[in-house]
Amino acid sequence: MTSNPALAVNTRPWTDPNAQPFISIRNITKRFGDFTAVNDVSLDIYRSELFCLLGGSGCGKSTLLRMLSGFETPTSGKILIDGQDMAGVPADRRPTNMMFQSYALFPHMSVEKNVAYGLLREGKSKAEAAERAAEMLKLVKLDSFARRKPHQLSGGQRQRVALARALAKQPKVLLLDEPLGALDKKLREETQFELINIQETLGVTFIVVTHDQDEAMTLATRIGVMTDGVIAQIGEPREIYETPKSRFVADFIGSVNLFEGRVGPAAPDLMRVETEDLGSVSVPSAPGLTQGQTVWLAMRPERVWLTREPKPGAVNSVPGVVMDMGYVGHMSSYMVRLANGRQVRVTQANESRRDNPISWDESVHVSFEPGDFRVLTQ
Amino acid sequence: MRRGWFLPLFATLGFGFLYAPIVSLIVFSFNESRLVTVWGGFSTRWYGELISDGQLLEAAWVSLKIATISASLAVVIGTLAAFVLTRFARFRGKLLLTGMVTAPLVMPEVIIGLSLLLLFVAMEGMLGWPAGRGMTTVIIAHSTFCAAYVAVIAQSRLRDMDESLEEAARDLGAGPVRVFFDITLPVIAPALVSGWLLAFTLSLDDLVIASFVSGPGASTLPMVIFSKVRLGVSPDVNALATIIIGIVALAVTVAGILLMRQTRRAR
Repeated sequence: MTSNPALAVNTRPWTDPNAQPFISIRNITKRFGDFTAVNDVSLDIYRSELFCLLGGSGCGKSTLLRMLSGFETPTSGKILIDGQDMAGVPADRRPTNMMFQSYALFPHMSVEKNVAYGLLREGKSKAEAAERAAEMLKLVKLDSFARRKPHQLSGGQRQRVALARALAKQPKVLLLDEPLGALDKKLREETQFELINIQETLGVTFIVVTHDQDEAMTLATRIGVMTDGVIAQIGEPREIYETPKSRFVADFIGSVNLFEGRVGPAAPDLMRVETEDLGSVSVPSAPGLTQGQTVWLAMRPERVWLTREPKPGAVNSVPGVVMDMGYVGHMSSYMVRLANGRQVRVTQANESRRDNPISWDESVHVSFEPGDFRVLTQ
Repeated sequence: MRRGWFLPLFATLGFGFLYAPIVSLIVFSFNESRLVTVWGGFSTRWYGELISDGQLLEAAWVSLKIATISASLAVVIGTLAAFVLTRFARFRGKLLLTGMVTAPLVMPEVIIGLSLLLLFVAMEGMLGWPAGRGMTTVIIAHSTFCAAYVAVIAQSRLRDMDESLEEAARDLGAGPVRVFFDITLPVIAPALVSGWLLAFTLSLDDLVIASFVSGPGASTLPMVIFSKVRLGVSPDVNALATIIIGIVALAVTVAGILLMRQTRRAR
């Protein structure tokens, strides 16, 4: 990337309360018979965002995408794209284009015909459409494959044809349904960055549906975590990871240790939480908590200190025994059993080759910085 | 695993049972002798005689016309029925309609023939159309039951087809009719070609239904053969039957190859 035009303006419009959302989803509900696939979802997406809807299968993310594209009609609620109400607008008249999970390339048409199809439908001349199709194929580096049929391409090439076809009409919004789902791991990682580059070059608003949290974290400007038809949390990747709002989100994104406890007496900076697993621990005080209330403390495995001797000056420290250990290369992960039998997941970066690493059955001390705890109430 | 002797034996018996009559018919069509059951040496004499038999040629021409037109009509009707049954969301009576579309496959031909005859007579009485029975009524009758076969083939192909292809075309700005002609039809075309060939052979073969609904001047080939054979089997009928078997075998093979190639490509 030579330049990024978006950098000149505010790249995080969602932090600005006066910013005008580009796509506005207002109280959208979709029922299939008795089953509620999407339940009263409201969501604002801004121009040139790369928004990821993340969730497990059946969480309603695909249904939400299909309502944006016009393939499903909401049971209730409203969708506005660039200020225009989408109610009653059929799929072929919406300013959105979709990249399908199966790619849905027309098998009887060549690559260039596939890409030009949408352009011809909007009334462009054949020459114009062909020129634009060639341009798009160049963008996805497939210009030498224009005459091929889809079945003569590899999976990665098909994926790029699908992307070129969906972008050819310069949609206001590009909807991508598991865009990298059918690619193998290595190709997927390369393609992620290619996708971001293309998105930044064209400045088109992308809405990506995925079940892969790594993919969402890498791609997204913001992530909407969905479960059971509702959005559990919306935020930037770092926000979602560092300050999850609920146990579900904390557990769904990355791995986490959750400790249940009760709020102890209030203190100005730190407060005490009485837990069964760790005893009484100090955590940063959070507003709105009452004494005796049940809370959950979330702790990421990589924030846990694992030492042979008690860590000097540690506020929260408990002894344990290494039950299990896995060496992954750049890091090792440990399962440490505490005195009451509770297992704690710990990961340690392997920064040095000379270390004498902690191993199975060793007695260790597990310590936690108060600030690394995230106090959750739901 | 050792194959054993019984599999080849049963295969031979089975195929023998199925094809011995046909093989003997083909062999005797090259018989020099006028007596059907006595071999009198190899000759293509009866093929020559066939060409000079005006009645048979006339009937063959009628049959070809009927088969071509009714196969084409059957493809249109069958495809539309299949499209409705696979693409429309559940509607009242869908199951009933699905069953009814395939009913002609299992209904005795005598009943189809009789009911169509009654219908045509009643329609003539009330509407004045179709006036009398002839080629038109045979074509209508054949389109009806052939459409059922086409519908079954087209339905299975439509069900296998990735629906997101149609959605993608919609998404790119094509209206529903455009999508049908641009995407759906080309994708299922091989199935429709094999459906057409199947309908063509079915129409060409049919004797029972045609006998019910046909009228003077519209005798199909099977009808003429049947009436000829009643007066005694003559060797030229053998020759004719051999030609028909050839045509039918060719059509069925082409249909089979088309369907097979399509299933392979779909994977």
